[in-house]
Amino acid sequence: MNDVIIYAVVSLSLIGAAAAIVLYFVAQKFKVIEDPKIDEVEEALPAANCGGCGFPGCRGFAEALVKSANEKQSIEGFNCPVGGNDTMAVSAAILGLVAEEKEPQIAVIRCSGSRENAPVKINYDGPATCAFAHNLSSGESGCPYGCLGCGDCVTACDFDAIYMDEITGLPVVKDNCVACGACVTACPRDIIELRNKGKKDRRIFVSCINEEKGGPAKKNCKVACIGCSKCFKICPFDAITMNNNLAYIDYEKCKLCRKCVVECPTSAIHELNFPPRKEKKEKPSSTKATDGKPAAKEVPKKEVKVTEGAKPAVEKPSSAKASEDKEESKETKKE
Amino acid sequence: MKTFKIGGVHPAENKFSADQAIEVLELPKQVAIPIAQSLGAPSKAVVKKGDEVKVGQVIAKGEAFISSNIHSSVSGKVLKVDEIMDQSGYRRPAVIITVNGDEWDESIDRSEELKTDINLSKEDIIKRIHEMGIVGLGGATFPSHVKLMIPDGKKAEILIINGVECEPYLTADHRLMLEKADEMMIGIQILMKGLEVDKAIIGVENNKPDAIAHLKNLCAKYSGISIEALKVQYPQGGEKQLIDACLGRQVPSGKLPIEVGAVVNNVGTAFAVYEAVQKNKPLIERVVTITGKSLKQPGNYMVRIGTSVNELIEKAGGLPEDTAKVVSGGPMMGKALNAVDVPVVKGTSGILLFKEEEARRVEPTNCIRCAKCITVCPMGLEPILIAQYAENEMFENVENERAMDCIECGSCQYTCPAARPLLDYIRLGKFKVGQIIRNRSKK
Amino acid sequence: MNLLTVSGSPHVHGDNSTRKIMYGVIYAMIPALLVSIYFFGLGAIKVTLISVLACVFFEWLIQKYLIKGPSTIGDGSAIVTGILLAFNVPSNLPIWIIIIGALVSIGIAKMSFGGLGKNPFNPALVGRVFLLLSFPVQMTSWPKPSVLFDGIADAITGPTPLGHLKEELKGGRTVEDIMENGTKMIVDGQEVIYRLPDYMDQLLGNMGGSLGEVSAIALILGGIYMLFRKIITWEIPVTYIGSVVAMTGILWLIDPEMYVNPGFHLITGGLMLGVFFMATDMVSSPMSRKGQLIFGLGCGVLTVVIRVWGAYPEGASFAILIMNAFVPLINSGLKPKRFGEIAK
Repeated sequence: MNDVIIYAVVSLSLIGAAAAIVLYFVAQKFKVIEDPKIDEVEEALPAANCGGCGFPGCRGFAEALVKSANEKQSIEGFNCPVGGNDTMAVSAAILGLVAEEKEPQIAVIRCSGSRENAPVKINYDGPATCAFAHNLSSGESGCPYGCLGCGDCVTACDFDAIYMDEITGLPVVKDNCVACGACVTACPRDIIELRNKGKKDRRIFVSCINEEKGGPAKKNCKVACIGCSKCFKICPFDAITMNNNLAYIDYEKCKLCRKCVVECPTSAIHELNFPPRKEKKEKPSSTKATDGKPAAKEVPKKEVKVTEGAKPAVEKPSSAKASEDKEESKETKKE
Repeated sequence: MKTFKIGGVHPAENKFSADQAIEVLELPKQVAIPIAQSLGAPSKAVVKKGDEVKVGQVIAKGEAFISSNIHSSVSGKVLKVDEIMDQSGYRRPAVIITVNGDEWDESIDRSEELKTDINLSKEDIIKRIHEMGIVGLGGATFPSHVKLMIPDGKKAEILIINGVECEPYLTADHRLMLEKADEMMIGIQILMKGLEVDKAIIGVENNKPDAIAHLKNLCAKYSGISIEALKVQYPQGGEKQLIDACLGRQVPSGKLPIEVGAVVNNVGTAFAVYEAVQKNKPLIERVVTITGKSLKQPGNYMVRIGTSVNELIEKAGGLPEDTAKVVSGGPMMGKALNAVDVPVVKGTSGILLFKEEEARRVEPTNCIRCAKCITVCPMGLEPILIAQYAENEMFENVENERAMDCIECGSCQYTCPAARPLLDYIRLGKFKVGQIIRNRSKK
Repeated sequence: MNLLTVSGSPHVHGDNSTRKIMYGVIYAMIPALLVSIYFFGLGAIKVTLISVLACVFFEWLIQKYLIKGPSTIGDGSAIVTGILLAFNVPSNLPIWIIIIGALVSIGIAKMSFGGLGKNPFNPALVGRVFLLLSFPVQMTSWPKPSVLFDGIADAITGPTPLGHLKEELKGGRTVEDIMENGTKMIVDGQEVIYRLPDYMDQLLGNMGGSLGEVSAIALILGGIYMLFRKIITWEIPVTYIGSVVAMTGILWLIDPEMYVNPGFHLITGGLMLGVFFMATDMVSSPMSRKGQLIFGLGCGVLTVVIRVWGAYPEGASFAILIMNAFVPLINSGLKPKRFGEIAK
């Protein structure tokens, strides 16, 4: 009996020892030498693996950072859009370098062709993919540049930072957008652009990319840029350029003076997160400009609907208020 | 009876207008002639606002090798050269002409007389076809002169004339074969001369027995031309399928029909070639079928290029109230139009009106892997696999599954019991793969 | 005027639909169901009804509360699964076991993969095998066939021909001996001689076995109907039957004492049910023609291997389930013949 136990213990120990020795040598032979800094940098990254930096995942970015730092002693051109300046500063510190400051950016939807502004002219019947709808025809609104409303950008977003507005049929970017650029690539019509967030999140941009002449553009959409150059002429900072009947505001040059917003005859230029204007007679155009977005126009309309809808009186204020709240939050969040 | 070997479906034929003789549609008040009507490089407009043009005058020149000239189909004054919405639903450049009288270019022979002697040499024939803006009238609008120029090292053995018209509803080619058979036969002989071949086969599906009989009678008069009656099967009119059906040869993947010694042309093209070579008449009009279940008078009309689809519909009894979809081309491969005020172009073989209940697609459900799409695919592909890869954006796999071989005939989607939008996703996949391939060749 | 609809081509759709296919399968199963009602009486109706209702109910429940999608019970696939499950169990199975079987079929084998079209294994077979492994006693006590309504609460159970044969062969007897002389058995304290049913009875279904598998004729009728309606293709049935005949034939020729003839194999047990209704299940069979040929072959060989050398007398269910597992491999390995590919 005892013999058996002894034999078992001894033989198992021997096998174990032998295996340990083999494993040790194998481990030595196939050891992968990796810069420990890669791990450290990866720790500092947000681990979102969104690919917004242009590398496959955060690990890939960390490897590229360390490689560049070792070879060129600089990490210029590298940027983690999710983590922003803080993350880049930490990463750079690990590598003994200094990161350049970069303006934080956010995705901007440059189309206001909501169902109201650009009424539906055909029925699209097919898979809900912008990429396919774009190849098939000019889209339900008829505007060959406008948003198709199938939500490829929403599908592409890893951060739940973009959603389709039920009423307008347009995507809306939320504040938690990290500017990874996934939606920019996903959009077959290049409507989405990454722009600087701006001071206090204040931004001015042309919410249209239609390069058609004024007539056809207006025919499809009330709030299209008609290429009239009024904004171009009034801009004191040369921030606006005209190209193919389309105005474009350079966010680096724009000083947020808001002159162009008032000037635009079709309210195609949007301003965001500005305090409401106090002034004088300009009121009609200014209100139009501040809530140039289709969403705002919906507010009174919806209220009317509620009252008309013969609903119990108790419900009326609450639902109206709810819709108001919704609109409000949209106002602040909408790009 | 011959047919192609792999796959195929048999949709309901619905050829309502088969007995309607070709009528000439009266001149419209205004035409809009898009200046990019064929495959290949777009042509350049050579007229400007205010110019007076005659019927048959060149209004846009195709300068590249694969491109074609565009001629004015009416006489009158150029209103403007501007972008208009064409059949694609996008705005493209076009020449808009206000019609004034019907004055033809002097060089065009407008007599009814049949000219049987072919006087031009091979080179002149090709040149004339190029000048006259002849393109494949089957729908793909590939410039015809390019087809006649055989690449070095290859030799054409046989000319196949596509009189299949496998698309349901359409009857334009059918009527042409019945009414313009002599002209067509001479056109075929011209094409044979241009290709230096001594044999031609006209493939016709046997749902057109009158056309087959009529052409068979004529064959005696024209040497080297024979008729092949084919079993009704969609998509027999596909170039590769037709060669397979007539000759039993399969064109390898990614290659042109000349690889197996065949050149395919449509009957409409043969007729246009006759008019171009013998009568000096450019491609300014074509036969268009207008049909639909609730249309009052379905028919076949000789329509000047650039005429609005709307006029055609008016002629056929007006747009029915219940119309919910207008398709240019056949129901299997045609294109749904965004609006009816778009011009008829060289590739428009028919205008099809669908009622509300026909226009809407069936709601797709889960794929049950019944493999019917694989059975019917005439290219031997696996449509469901390609569609699923495309849906999940795995475009490398889309390419590996040979999506680029797909001829977009729509048989898979037609037969799918779960009504899945297979072809939609395959198209998307092909588009993306095309981009990937182009990027690759750039590098 | 209405807004024009714009969609990609094709603009017409054939008259195929999932619903039509599923109801076609249901129609094809009616002859077999009628035969089983004839032989097993109300028990067959009760089992089938409960199985179908349970399957439909579970599908509805899961679709509504777990998947939270639109209801899919209208397509008829749950009914098919329900009937097939009932066909695969004895007609005197307790209700609660059937309901467990339905839950496994629909819940585990089908809906957990995402519903119709996503399941790698045939749901009814998974349910059946689950029950067979979990409740071997109940699942293998077959009621003796008795002509219609000849006593519903018939507690007398008899073996299936295949089971009986296997048992006796193990005991060292020869095929001929078993067939000719029968076997002495004690039933209700009385000694009776059990004989294997003759071929006519086997064809018609007058023998012990699962509810739907007994009548080869009725199943073949259903199979022909489905072939005619193009619900199934010839590849799988032909190769399946062919390989079973070939393999059992070879064994039989080698030693007729030990191995029973191919005809017996064909018309007893669940082979015909498996051939026409289980192996041809669209969802869990290969997609290309070549793949289907291989699949049928594999099913046939495995069925015979299990029947002759395995622990169970019946092998069709296991064979089909095993081959189901190979389907993804077959699909990725055997592609259809592409156009323009030179035949080798």
